[in-house]
Amino acid sequence: MRKYTIFLDSKRCIGCHACEIHCKTKNRLPVGPFLCEISHKPLVSVKGVPKTMFHFRSCYHCEEPFCVPVCPTGAMQKREDGIVFVDQVKCIGCMACVGACPWGIPQYNPETGKVVKCDYCLDRVDQGLKPACVTKCTTHALKFVEFKEIQ
Amino acid sequence: MKKTVWSMCGMCSVRCPIRVEVEDGEITWIEGNPHILKRALCAKGAAGVALVKDDERPQQPLLRVGGRGAGRWDAVSWNTALEYITEKLTGIIQKHGARSVMLSCRGGPFMDLFKTFIHGLGSPNFTNHDSGCGRNVHHASKSVYGLGRKDFVYDIKNARHLVLFGRNLFEAFRIAEANQVLDMLDAGGRMTYVDVRQSTTGLKATRFFMVRPGTDYALALGMIHAIIKKEYYDKAFIEKYVNDFDALVSFIEPYTPEWAAKECGIKPKGIHDFAEEVAMDRPRVIFHPGWMLARYRDSFYSSRALHILNVLMGNIEVKGGQIFAKGPGDYGQKGLRSLDAQVPKPSERRADGVGWKYKHFDKGPGLFHLFYNAMLTGEPYPIKALFCYRHDPFNNFPDPQAQKEALDKCDLLVSIDTHYSEFGWYSDVILPESCYLERESMVATQKGPSPRFIVRQRAVTPRFDTKPCWEIFKLLGDRMGIGKYFPYNSIEELWRWQLEPTGHNIEEFNEKGFISLADKPILFDRDNLEGRFKTPSGKIEIISQVLTDAGLPSLKPYESPHAPPKGQFRLVFGRSAVNAHGHTINNPLLFELLPENTLWINKREAGKLGIQEGDWVEVFANGATGTIRAHVTEFIHPEAVYTIHGFGRQVPLQTRAYHAGMSDQKLQRGLLQEMDPAGGGLCLCENFVTVHKSSRNLVRRVEL
Repeated sequence: MRKYTIFLDSKRCIGCHACEIHCKTKNRLPVGPFLCEISHKPLVSVKGVPKTMFHFRSCYHCEEPFCVPVCPTGAMQKREDGIVFVDQVKCIGCMACVGACPWGIPQYNPETGKVVKCDYCLDRVDQGLKPACVTKCTTHALKFVEFKEIQ
Repeated sequence: MKKTVWSMCGMCSVRCPIRVEVEDGEITWIEGNPHILKRALCAKGAAGVALVKDDERPQQPLLRVGGRGAGRWDAVSWNTALEYITEKLTGIIQKHGARSVMLSCRGGPFMDLFKTFIHGLGSPNFTNHDSGCGRNVHHASKSVYGLGRKDFVYDIKNARHLVLFGRNLFEAFRIAEANQVLDMLDAGGRMTYVDVRQSTTGLKATRFFMVRPGTDYALALGMIHAIIKKEYYDKAFIEKYVNDFDALVSFIEPYTPEWAAKECGIKPKGIHDFAEEVAMDRPRVIFHPGWMLARYRDSFYSSRALHILNVLMGNIEVKGGQIFAKGPGDYGQKGLRSLDAQVPKPSERRADGVGWKYKHFDKGPGLFHLFYNAMLTGEPYPIKALFCYRHDPFNNFPDPQAQKEALDKCDLLVSIDTHYSEFGWYSDVILPESCYLERESMVATQKGPSPRFIVRQRAVTPRFDTKPCWEIFKLLGDRMGIGKYFPYNSIEELWRWQLEPTGHNIEEFNEKGFISLADKPILFDRDNLEGRFKTPSGKIEIISQVLTDAGLPSLKPYESPHAPPKGQFRLVFGRSAVNAHGHTINNPLLFELLPENTLWINKREAGKLGIQEGDWVEVFANGATGTIRAHVTEFIHPEAVYTIHGFGRQVPLQTRAYHAGMSDQKLQRGLLQEMDPAGGGLCLCENFVTVHKSSRNLVRRVEL
């Protein structure tokens, strides 16, 4: 059962792209892969003010991920709490997961020759902390949300 | 072993407080100070890790061996470089006197050290970047309140309405301020945004005026008219604290909202509705007087009008308004000991004329661009040596070519910086400073509703043969025989010396990264502000005594800006959230986000020129050219084209930034001495350019 998601309060987001760099520095990524991304649609005028909304995208951590079963080494895994992650020791960089994911979420890390993807900074989550992008969001627009079952 | 280092960001000039985690000598995590910023950090701040790892920065002192700007350097020891500077400088001082030496820096809280060096040598010629930035705002503030722009802080969080004239505070942002604005909006506050294009800030606005470029002053006058005529201003406040209000009432008569709307190209109803709103929101309305307003010929008067609008709101020293910035003294505490205060003040007149020829300008940093006149003409006396610390005049001021012609009259140009500045590339000596994560800085005071002492501590040891500025200036001082003004041998000794009168010690920074000087912010008694305004009359001055004495009007009649000649556009520029002007463009992580700037052009105008989104275009101005990709949008005024400042760098050793994008200041030909006579700021947007679709767009290919 999926336990977490990242929510963007679009009203607070100023499209500063800091989350992308927080992610890259925390995960020590070289130039190339981005594990999360801020985007926006073209501006439209709303009551005289040109407006747009910012969107945040990282991995969707699917209930039934396409990337997990195609992995030949079992490196791509899904945890009980729903976080889909790559075991860097087992990954051989075959890119099967890259082809399987309809959204192009897993990416090749040219420095390690392996695949990287958003895992909600699971080492931080396991310490009771929040993902890097959420922790350091410039305007506190990103929220790390924990799903709870309603009785 | 993991350790926490409390420090201060150095990616831009905001200097946000940061907490750095270091493991085995490597930085693993940087976040905003949790006590102040709740860990928030921007993209630039996060990319500090890449700055440390970047090899494309000066790694040891460099001495020029070829012609200036040719890029041939000898890598030398610190000893050799300092000896070279000492010998040259001694010769210059013997021949032309100490006054022929000048020093410039970006400004900021650590100027004490640099002032000490230049004043210690016996020269009054300390300056900074501000005539290409906020001088107009500062001088406008002084002319109204007798206080500088930094003598007030804005309590935006508690405001009901924030009015921004091009102050793009979500792209040229300070983290704490941006959060205050969003908190205000979340609480139902309003934001009015005025610009010649839509920016990220404007996206969040509740009211947006897209005005004709150069008409900010007209809109501000129209607003003053609407507010005065409907008597929406704070009469009691004005009665008590303001001189010559009647002069404003009669001056404003012709500048009706209808007139302003026509001049700006907007609807008059917008101004009337706006006035109704501020009448409801007063006094918790803040008119931001501008940040970088070295733009138009009347930017000083625009800013002055915005200061006056704040006065009409009576927003001084109230919650949600402008609050006097408090220092240690306001809380009964002693301030830091100053190095510069130990140095006898040079009696010589400044070479930029500030203080004697131009008595209405603030003597502190004077006006950098006027030193170029002294270099060229030798009047009032020659300038022969220039030190630039953390300042790149070629990226800051217009027309680098004209600057080079003046600099060629100098015998010594020294750049002290963490990166290759464009000026550094043209200089004689580059002294490499350790980057902000590799160095300490002096203790500084941060004024505000709750003043603090702040300090930068070293997170990691320098990767290259670089030094921190406190050591560089001490070494130079020792060699120049003014070592007594640098009474320390280590940063710890300097901190102790600075802090001694305050009763605090450096270890106190280890708890939260700063020393708080106030338990709770205080407001002065608003009914007893007498003596707080430092104008000659002690009141808020609608007619400034200082301006009158200088033969300048305080309320300048409006003059309509020239429309660009047919086929031309006004070139305007601004900031992006991911770069701090030119000096972060080459950062590998930031470069990946924004590898080049684009030229925003109005959709209809682009159509006439056959320009489509993403096309290469050539931009011409007075013999200078640039090539850039077009961004076609309806959300920019047809008279303007816009680009992000800082690109088009020409330092070959910065392989990423080299020739990436287009430089706006290289197109600002002939603007180096276009100064607002009242504000001292340069007029960088008084620049018309021609735009053509580039021949580079052809895609035929005949090669294999």
